[in-house]
Formats: sequence, structure tokens, C-alpha cells
Amino acid sequence: MIPAATTVTPQAYLQARSRWHPLEIAFWLATLLPFVLFPNYLSLASQIAITALFALSLDIILGYAGIVSLGHAAFFGIGAYTAGLISKFGWGEPISGLIVAAAVAGLVGFAVSFVIARFRHFTLIMITLGLGLLAFEAANRAHWLTGGSDGLQGISIWPVLGLFKFDLYGYTAYTYSLAVLFVVFLGARRLINSPFGLALRGIRENWVRMPAIGADSRAHIRKAYTIAAAIAGLAGAVLAQTTENVSLESISFQRSADVLVMLVLGGAGRLYGGLVGAIIFMVARDQFSGIAPQYWYFWIGVLLITVVMVLPNGIVGGLSHIYGRWRRK
Amino acid sequence: MSTPSLAKKDAATDRAIALTTRGLTKSFGSLPVARNIEISLPVGARYALIGPNGAGKTTLINLMTGMLAPNAGQILLGGKDVTALGPQDRVRRGLARTFQINTLFAGLNALEAVTLAVLEQRGLSGQFWRGVGSHGEAIEEAYDILRRLRLGDSCYQVTRELPYGRQRLLEIALALATRPKVLLLDEPAAGVPQEESGEVFEAVASLSDDLTLLFIEHDMHVVFRFASHIIVLVSGAIFTEGSPAEIAADPGVREVYLGKRKHG
Repeated sequence: MIPAATTVTPQAYLQARSRWHPLEIAFWLATLLPFVLFPNYLSLASQIAITALFALSLDIILGYAGIVSLGHAAFFGIGAYTAGLISKFGWGEPISGLIVAAAVAGLVGFAVSFVIARFRHFTLIMITLGLGLLAFEAANRAHWLTGGSDGLQGISIWPVLGLFKFDLYGYTAYTYSLAVLFVVFLGARRLINSPFGLALRGIRENWVRMPAIGADSRAHIRKAYTIAAAIAGLAGAVLAQTTENVSLESISFQRSADVLVMLVLGGAGRLYGGLVGAIIFMVARDQFSGIAPQYWYFWIGVLLITVVMVLPNGIVGGLSHIYGRWRRK
Repeated sequence: MSTPSLAKKDAATDRAIALTTRGLTKSFGSLPVARNIEISLPVGARYALIGPNGAGKTTLINLMTGMLAPNAGQILLGGKDVTALGPQDRVRRGLARTFQINTLFAGLNALEAVTLAVLEQRGLSGQFWRGVGSHGEAIEEAYDILRRLRLGDSCYQVTRELPYGRQRLLEIALALATRPKVLLLDEPAAGVPQEESGEVFEAVASLSDDLTLLFIEHDMHVVFRFASHIIVLVSGAIFTEGSPAEIAADPGVREVYLGKRKHG
């Protein structure tokens, strides 16, 4: 398969796998383009970065460890409400707000992970779906705290680092969301290339073999789930801070389903899959809902079916396959 | 190979015992699959476990490794009771196994898979801030195991694309990466054409003498060639055991097993 295999030492081979690819650098440079090319769409760009961050968190558990979740919005919502409430009760400093929101979501994720780590497949889909619905109804019911269906009002975020106020055009919002996304991405990239990341792939590839090589899969899953929940909470917190509003939508089943669709579209288990999926999904939603606001999911449906049939590893998976074949020629 | 005197049970007892089962019993519903099984594997043993299909050979391995819980009985590893421990804890104490049906990490390449097992063995698999590539010693150990099993030049190939025979060797490589004291091989050459199965067993025979081995195998030529001691299992119970010569001469074994040989 790889002709030069014999000349590469095993260690150099594994090190090379985690090296930055020029296309990756190009991707991240391209994320700066909206500032120049679409200055009127910076709010959308910010939403995309937040959604990409959320998709990245799902990728760690679903794409890498193979742990399905249909209720991932619960952690996004917990992060959003936590960040919103901190500000509402008088502390509007954004970065500390992010940290607290991520910690709260991570803590809830840790508690839930003890249940998650015991189940697989269909049972797990039902459990996560149920947990997601519980979180939604809890937020809906606690009107006194969350504002219920009216949304959480009265959020006021102080300027980032005391310098950059969140403006109407979304300059600060997009810069802020993109910065958080990039920093978390760096961490996630490290995690994926680490021994722990390899263990997660082992769980995905063969759940039965893991104990036979002495691995405690459940401990790995608990850890991954906690990290993923914290990142999802972070994404929710960024949304709450940049829009100064938290609606029930942020903790809804729809959001859990959407992020799953994005990850599958982009390609699960490849870090960039969730990012690319989020871009395509959000841009498509923006464009199609302009044409036919009621029916835009029709086109998402068409896109989803086409992608899973033609490109089983998603768009990024398909592209990297084509790129790999082109390189070998 | 071990000394011929191993064949006698009393001779075996004055050597250190690596693995013992005491009164191991298990039924699936009303079907008994293990009846009062008593086995002692001396350190460095090369034991074969034979018996007709459905005799409970794989079940016995599942019981020993903790993948099944017995209804009664004990498993002792190096004299310590491990009956209450889960499979991964037994592996960490030196009890490894391979699977009759390939149970591999299909999407990982051989190097990644064995490196993962080595990292687990070294307790490094929880680490998420350093790259796999920075663990030079673990990678070297993994590569060394792969080379010993002649998988060195295909170690960058994704497991699912490896030829079947190499996948069987990778089964063994993964087990060896856990640094076992006792290794249970469930038909290591299952599905490999007979001409090539010798290659798998040559690899098995070349393993360290300190390693205690128990293997399930249907091909009697292979069993007689590589085993120092044979345990015959019939309907979940030990029918008899002894040296290859004793087993070959046993008319009862001939009747229950050798007589209606269909494998090979």
C-alpha cells in the first residue's frame, strides 16, 4: 500500500500521521476570509464557528469512540444557560463565564457518563434521546430560572479582555467564536493523536477486543464523554454570550439531530468532518430558508441521503479518499 | 520444548503452577457446558485442549479469561484467586487470549493496534496530551513483536486489508503485547489452509519458554507435534489427559474424537 514503508521507522511513521498537512493550514487561513469577503455575514460566520465547535465535541465521542448520542444538545444547552445566568446575575466577564459553563456541562457529562459507558447501540440511542428530552423539559419547566419558552433575557456581556465590545456587525463575535473554536480544535487534535485517542479508536473498531488487551473501555468512555460534554457546553456558552440570549432551541432535540446530520454529512471520525459539515449545513440553511423558509429541510434531506449513499465516510472522507488516490499516482 | 516427564501429572506438580481451575462449572440454561473442570498449567507448559465440536473448549477459555462468569468454581492465576476479576484485570495480571474468529481492530493498521495494546499494558492509554508518536519505546516494543511474528513489513497496512493468515498472526501479536504469563490460544490457525497452518504454529512454538501456553486445535498432527500434554474435553467435562503418546494410545479418545475426525 505504502511503497516507502520499509524505509520509514515505525516511530517516524506514527509521528508523521499527526503532522500538520498544508490543506489544514489552508483551511484555517480560509476561516479568516469572511472578514474580507463577507463582512455582512459575520454573525452567520460566528454561528457556524459555534456549531462547528459543537459538532467537534460530538465527533470525539461518536466519530472516534463510536458512542452514539441523540441528546448531545443537553450539554450545549447547559453551557448556554450557565453562561447566560452568570451574566444575568451580574458577572458579565466572558472568558471566566466560558470556563464555568464548560465546567458545569463537563460535570453533568461526567455524572451521565457512568450510565452511558454501560450501554451500546440501540439502547444508547434511546437513553441519550431520553436524557436530551429530560434536559429540554427541565429547561422548559424552570421558567423562573431559564425564562422557559420566552428565552433567557437580560444577558449583558462585558467587552472581551476589557477591550472588544460585542458589536452589531459581528466582528467581535466571529473573532471570539473562531478563537475558541481554534483553541479547542488544537486540543482535540492533540487528544485524537494521543494514546487516549488511539484507545478511543480501538473502542470504535472492536469493543470486544479492548478488554482482551487489558483496556478499561468504560473508563475511557467516561473520560471522553466528560470532555465532549465540556466542549459542547463551551459551544453553548459562546452562543449565549455572542447573541446575549438563550432560547429553548439551544437545548432542543432539533439541535441534537442537526449536529448529528452535520457530522454525518462532513464525515465522522476525521476532526474536520464536523467543521465542514457545520459550514455546509449552516450555509445551506441560510440560503434555502431564504428561498422557501418552510421547506428548507427538504434540501438537507436530499443532501443527507445523497452523501450517505455516495460517500459513506462523509464529504471529508470522500475528499481525502480522492486526494489519497491522486497522490499515489 | 518442555521435558517429556511433564506428561506425568505428579511430575508437573513440583513445578510452579501458572494457572489453575478448581471445580469450574457453567451451564447455559439447562445445558451444562463446563462440569467441574480442574486444570493445572505449570509454568512454561505447552498444553493442547482437544475435543469434538461443542465440547466446551471455547467456553472454557471464556471462563478462564472472565468473559463468562462461572456458576461455581475458581480460577487461580499464579496462586491468586482471580475469579471475581473482570477480563481486563486478568489481562493486566498476565492472562491473555486469542480468538477463534478474528477479533481485531479492522480500521487500525497492525502497528497502531499492537502499539495500542502495548500502551495499555504500560498504563499510558489514558494520556491525551502527548502524541502516540512520542512514545518511542512503546512503538519499538510493538514493532519488535510484529517482526517476531513476521508482520514487520505489513505493519502499515490496515488490518481489514491484511491477508487472512496475517490476521491470524496479528491475533497472537495483540495478545503478546499484553506481556502475558499465560496465553490461551483458541484455534490459532482456524481457517488457515493446512499448508500454511504450520507457519502459525512455528510462530507459536518460537515463543519464550517462560510463557505458559494452552491451545485449542483440531488438527491432530499439529497437536502431537507441538503439545507436551493434551487435555481431552467431551460434553463440558475432562474426559482424560496425558502425554501425546498416552492420548494417541487411549482407545476411549479414539472413539470419542480421533475416530470421527472431520477436520484437517
